[in-house]
Amino acid sequence: MLPVISIDGLGKSYRIRHRAGAPYRTLREDIMRLPRRLLGMDQVESTEEFWALGDVNLEVAEGDRVGIIGRNGAGKSTLLKLLSQITEPSAGRIVLRGRVASILEVGTGFHPELTGRENIFLNGAILGMNRAEVRRKFDEIVAFAGVERFLDTPVKRYSSGMYVRLAFAVAAHLESEVLVIDEVLAVGDAEFQKKCLGKIEDVSRLEGRTILFVSHNMNAIQSLCNRAVLMEQGRVKLDTADVRQATHDYLGLSGGGVSGWTNPSPESCTLPVVPLGLHIQTKDGNAAKPIIANDEEVWVAVDIELKVLDPALTLGYVLYSEDGQVLYWSYQTDGRECDWPALSVGKVRLRSPLPRRLLNEGTYRVEFISSFHFRQWLTAPGTGPSINFTIQGGLSESPLWHVRRPGTLAPVLPWGLANDEGG
Amino acid sequence: MDSQATTTASMGNRAEVVIEPGYSGRKYWHDLWRYRELLVILGWRDIAVRYKQTFLGVAWAALRPLLTMAAFTLVFSRLAGLSSDGGVPYPLMVFAAMLPWYFFASAMTGASESLVENANLVSKVYFPRLLVPAAAIAVAAADFAVAVGVMFALMLLYQFQPSLQILAVLPLALLTGVLALGPGLMLCALNVTYRDFRYVVPFATQFGLYVSPVGFSSAIVPDRFRFVFELNPMVGIIDGFRWALLGASGFPARSLAISVVACMLLLYLGLSRFRAAERRFADII
Repeated sequence: MLPVISIDGLGKSYRIRHRAGAPYRTLREDIMRLPRRLLGMDQVESTEEFWALGDVNLEVAEGDRVGIIGRNGAGKSTLLKLLSQITEPSAGRIVLRGRVASILEVGTGFHPELTGRENIFLNGAILGMNRAEVRRKFDEIVAFAGVERFLDTPVKRYSSGMYVRLAFAVAAHLESEVLVIDEVLAVGDAEFQKKCLGKIEDVSRLEGRTILFVSHNMNAIQSLCNRAVLMEQGRVKLDTADVRQATHDYLGLSGGGVSGWTNPSPESCTLPVVPLGLHIQTKDGNAAKPIIANDEEVWVAVDIELKVLDPALTLGYVLYSEDGQVLYWSYQTDGRECDWPALSVGKVRLRSPLPRRLLNEGTYRVEFISSFHFRQWLTAPGTGPSINFTIQGGLSESPLWHVRRPGTLAPVLPWGLANDEGG
Repeated sequence: MDSQATTTASMGNRAEVVIEPGYSGRKYWHDLWRYRELLVILGWRDIAVRYKQTFLGVAWAALRPLLTMAAFTLVFSRLAGLSSDGGVPYPLMVFAAMLPWYFFASAMTGASESLVENANLVSKVYFPRLLVPAAAIAVAAADFAVAVGVMFALMLLYQFQPSLQILAVLPLALLTGVLALGPGLMLCALNVTYRDFRYVVPFATQFGLYVSPVGFSSAIVPDRFRFVFELNPMVGIIDGFRWALLGASGFPARSLAISVVACMLLLYLGLSRFRAAERRFADII
């Protein structure tokens, strides 16, 4: 049987302009540059080709429920845009054998001034339904969204929950062989998300429709999909029916549970300080759980074998964010000299608490470094053993802060009235 | 086994879509036809929103040309002492020209801004992009219809009886709409590429208002400038409207022929520019 979707060597490249910071060209700018360009004095604008998606091969059989996972920028959205024909590929091809309906955003084209009824027809038409089709499904859509009483109210007066329910209802009632859904469940309350997931499940299990589903919600992926595709840097890294495994891989946890590193061959190391292990631990020395809450107390533990003692010996780690940015270095010699741990020749375990309530949700990397201060790197940054860990949850006890905020750090800082401070 | 065979058979009936570099050009006209209902709905949306949002609603569509008419009549007839064609009331002559001019100007402006205004649609759903500027013209057409009603009211007021050639207003209005679409498409593509381009469009329409015979009669243009004057495709259309509604001037055969040719040429240019730029819209918008 021919697959519903065959993707063959698919790629999409964008040109990135390096000259100006502005994303758009302006006429003024181009006119100002014209004389210089005519005289040949203008340096060629440097553009770089960036492949958001490269050499993707995928076959989706009818009835498959494919979960597509990966970090931001891994190419998931680009893939969906190509499948939805919003943008053209730069290489390769997709063969679709059936109608594809995509929901890349809840409520695309909804107009706040129009009533619920009007928006159902508008949104339906935008998503590719004809009027007869919308009329046939109208009651079902209204019932699912639960907005019967507000059909003739402009949607700008809807609560955000009602708005999202109506928008999802229209999209979910599209008649198509393939349904493509991009992270739509990120909006709406928990109850509604459950309802959406239920609807998606009905659509796939009962009606046998094929589903491509992008989400960062691993629970949703695990409960809904029978196949997972893990994307990384524009490529398919893993394509498996073992959905649990794929979600684990995505969270960077596979291969021996929590991030820990043990030197496989310490005897071959000729350094005066031999790194033996690097671990994330709980306070009482056990291995930390795979996912660490932002407010949890965990420790970075470094095992070494010291062959010589040197007063200038520094040991520590570098903390990197997900995109490889250095967040900080930390050494055992950072405090007052009298507080430094007293080292001795032989095997030593040093540990240091990871700052609580500092790191935002995300994946981080700890790399072991050591040196004779100002004389010699023993293990230079970029060459040391490293481990990953993931921070998720525990951001705050505030009732107003429960989703990930932008930024690498997510500290909870004290606030008070200026008077109190001064008083 | 059986069920599998049926599925395969039903799959054989389904349309197979191949997506590869450059594919969108091949099915363009077919898709445009397939999405014709969306054109109607987008046009209806723009009209519905406009008349719901604007405080004065329908009144605004009538008021704008009326005020301009009053000003033009004052300046050109009272102050400059120009006369109208064949003794038709000056305000009627001005308003007859205002109808196609405002239709053209607002249709072109609306079309040129339409894609940027609908950026969220363009980046989230597929449909032939041409529908967006085309639907924008519908709003201008609705305003035009209101203004035509005002024209009839003015005719009643001046006790002016039109003749049967008034029916020619329909094909002339169609020509005006198509004439606006050509440059509208070009400007639309430019607006997506250059975000500061939209400042140029109002200036162009303002300028066009003064070189077109809106406030005055074409008859006052000296013969030696006549041909250059008629190269403006709006001249033929405006004189056509005056002929159809008021009948005081002759049928503008030559200038109208120029309008038709210019309309076709601009439409061709507009379509080819738009389609060349269209593929990149979703990537840069």
